[in-house]
Amino acid sequence: MYKIAVIGDRESVYGFSSLGIEIYSAYSGEEAESLINTLAKENYAVIYITEALAKEASDTIEKYSRVITPAIILIPGVSGNTGEGMSSVMKSVERAVGSALLD
Amino acid sequence: MAVMNVNPTRMQLTDLKKKLVTARRGHKLLKDKRDELMRQFLELVRENKELRKTVEDAIKRANKHMALACADMSDESLDVALMMPSQKMSLDLQEKNIMSVMVPKYDMKFKTADKGDIYSYGFGFTSGDLDGAIKDFADIMPLMLRLAETEKTCQLLASEIEKTRRRVNALEHVMIPDYEDTIKYITMKLEEAERSNITRLLKIKDMMLQQTYNYETI
Repeated sequence: MYKIAVIGDRESVYGFSSLGIEIYSAYSGEEAESLINTLAKENYAVIYITEALAKEASDTIEKYSRVITPAIILIPGVSGNTGEGMSSVMKSVERAVGSALLD
Repeated sequence: MAVMNVNPTRMQLTDLKKKLVTARRGHKLLKDKRDELMRQFLELVRENKELRKTVEDAIKRANKHMALACADMSDESLDVALMMPSQKMSLDLQEKNIMSVMVPKYDMKFKTADKGDIYSYGFGFTSGDLDGAIKDFADIMPLMLRLAETEKTCQLLASEIEKTRRRVNALEHVMIPDYEDTIKYITMKLEEAERSNITRLLKIKDMMLQQTYNYETI
């Protein structure tokens, strides 16, 4: 049985708690990185993280992109959509194709 | 021309020829693998983009409700309302095989079957916007899981494609030309040895004929 976690600032993740998803608040890149590392060792299959935090913890997120668990997925926080999530999709396209596609 | 560091012998030649055949076959197979992975990847990535757009919009809407609820209620009452969630969500993870890349497949599981269990508070002291926000979050959860599934699959496929592409390129531009050059080099070397042997034999024959019969040689 695997679990789901949401990492982000308090306002962004609060709504998820009522669904029975575990929420973790973090406000800095280091906090997020150490949280991701601890959660990855436990039984978490999916970790959602706000785009703003993900930007500061990109190295750690990159580390887990090649293993099957956990899947670290970027979501927009209350402060709005930064487009970071879409660019992470584009990054995997770039890696696969070998060059950036113009679209 | 990059000739490998080998002795120009017949044995090495047969060895290298066998290796060249294997390398060519491996190259073809890997190229096919890369093309098929690419096809699947592009399909998935398109889906991923669509899903992401939908989910991001939905989260934005839910966050709007949440912001209203936060503004409406005091921090304490919001804390109290969301302190003890009665629903618990977990995942079942199955691994699916796409071209020998293991990708995850998630199944959502709830502790209780009751849909109303996501509202873990009395309605008397909370804002209606909170109900709306929670309903929104509950509605997008299946989509968010689907997004997690496709996005992870895309990431895993991308790194597999990258690896395969490197192998194909290494075979095509380094290994196979090297083998071909070395085979050519050994063949030429062997032919040269053959020719020099014949010349030597002819010369010795001439010398022997002259010694025994005193023939004039050119």
